[in-house]
Amino acid sequence: MSTKEVTDASFADDVLASDKPIMVDFWAEWCGPCRAVSPILDKIAEEHAEKLSIVKLNVDDNPETAMKYGITSIPAMYVFKDGEVVKRVIGAKPKPALEADLADFIG
Amino acid sequence: MRQLIIIGSGPAGYTAAIYAARANLQPLLIASSVEFGGELMKTTEVDNFPGFPEGIMGPDLMTRMQQQAERFGTEIVYDDVTELELTGDVKRVTLGSGEVHEARAVIYATGSAYRKLGLPDEERLSGYGVSWCATCDGAFFRQKKVAVIGGGDSALEEATFLTRFADTVYLIHRRDSFRASAAMQDRAFADPKIEVIWNNEVKHIYGDEKVTGIGVVDTVDGTETTLDVQGMFVAIGADPRTHLVHGQLDLAPEGTIAVDGRSSRTNLPGVFAAGDVIDPTYKQAATAAGSGVVAALDAEHYLAGLEDAEKAAAVPASV
Repeated sequence: MSTKEVTDASFADDVLASDKPIMVDFWAEWCGPCRAVSPILDKIAEEHAEKLSIVKLNVDDNPETAMKYGITSIPAMYVFKDGEVVKRVIGAKPKPALEADLADFIG
Repeated sequence: MRQLIIIGSGPAGYTAAIYAARANLQPLLIASSVEFGGELMKTTEVDNFPGFPEGIMGPDLMTRMQQQAERFGTEIVYDDVTELELTGDVKRVTLGSGEVHEARAVIYATGSAYRKLGLPDEERLSGYGVSWCATCDGAFFRQKKVAVIGGGDSALEEATFLTRFADTVYLIHRRDSFRASAAMQDRAFADPKIEVIWNNEVKHIYGDEKVTGIGVVDTVDGTETTLDVQGMFVAIGADPRTHLVHGQLDLAPEGTIAVDGRSSRTNLPGVFAAGDVIDPTYKQAATAAGSGVVAALDAEHYLAGLEDAEKAAAVPASV
């Protein structure tokens, strides 16, 4: 897993204060679809590194942030811009579908 | 050109790959980009697959099948099929990446897709309280009330699983008895957190940003009840995934792909089908695996027949 991990403690600095759009992948070890989508996100992050950052947040280890954003289904991929949620993508999807969802940020 | 392409990576697809690879057919298996491993990727303990007396986690079982298929030379591609041309002697499989693969035979083992209730707010609240995967989302409903819709094995399994987290699990079924196995039913009935609501159907899902309740209607007397729940898990069965082959492969009245008797042969020569996509009845990991064996052996037989015919044709006619 190459994508950076963020935590409850680092969320404000790493995500809310990010100067470019940043997508948080809310995931957990026991979630099969999360494992499936993870390598796809790594690839998107690699291909669009200059436009969009992608980080991961483990919901088991960081329940505070997961609860704050009302996560009830994972994988949940939220894009933050200037500290606000600007896009929500829920559920594992094939790469072209995710790229279409993220077109505003990586297009 | 390849000998064989297998589409699908559940127990049927991987078992077909194990047999085909061992028969030196060097199969290419298209596993899907996000749904690889099939339905068992969304389950926890699997206690009814033979050979694992202590049970095994669904994703672990599928990883083992994948490794076993690879051990004998199966090549796996993690992409989705977007188009299939099955009618000619050369079968063409187009992937999401645009890549096209050709083979002399295809095994189609795409399984089935979860059925939806078909309610107007279901899609909108999907991921915001409406879920199709208790093992993925159950933990977010600690000390909350949830509803499980359905009456088969998967509904009862989800209900039992959700009692780990939720305070109350309403199990809502439109009939007055379950289709689930006796073992599953005993477990559900014995659980004090599960409350069974018979003869009721979901008619409304309430909530602006997330689910705040559901409206159910009694199928016998029409009484409407609102249940205050934060989560709703839909487990009302699955439909065979046949959209890629409509117009090419014949379907059975049940909507599954029609096969010849106990074989895996479809209406097209060189095209075989296996697993839940041909099975309206049993739909177990072990039966799907067995069905994968049948398809691999049928494909092997078919390919051997083609080779024999070519050899016969290559012999110059005697004067």
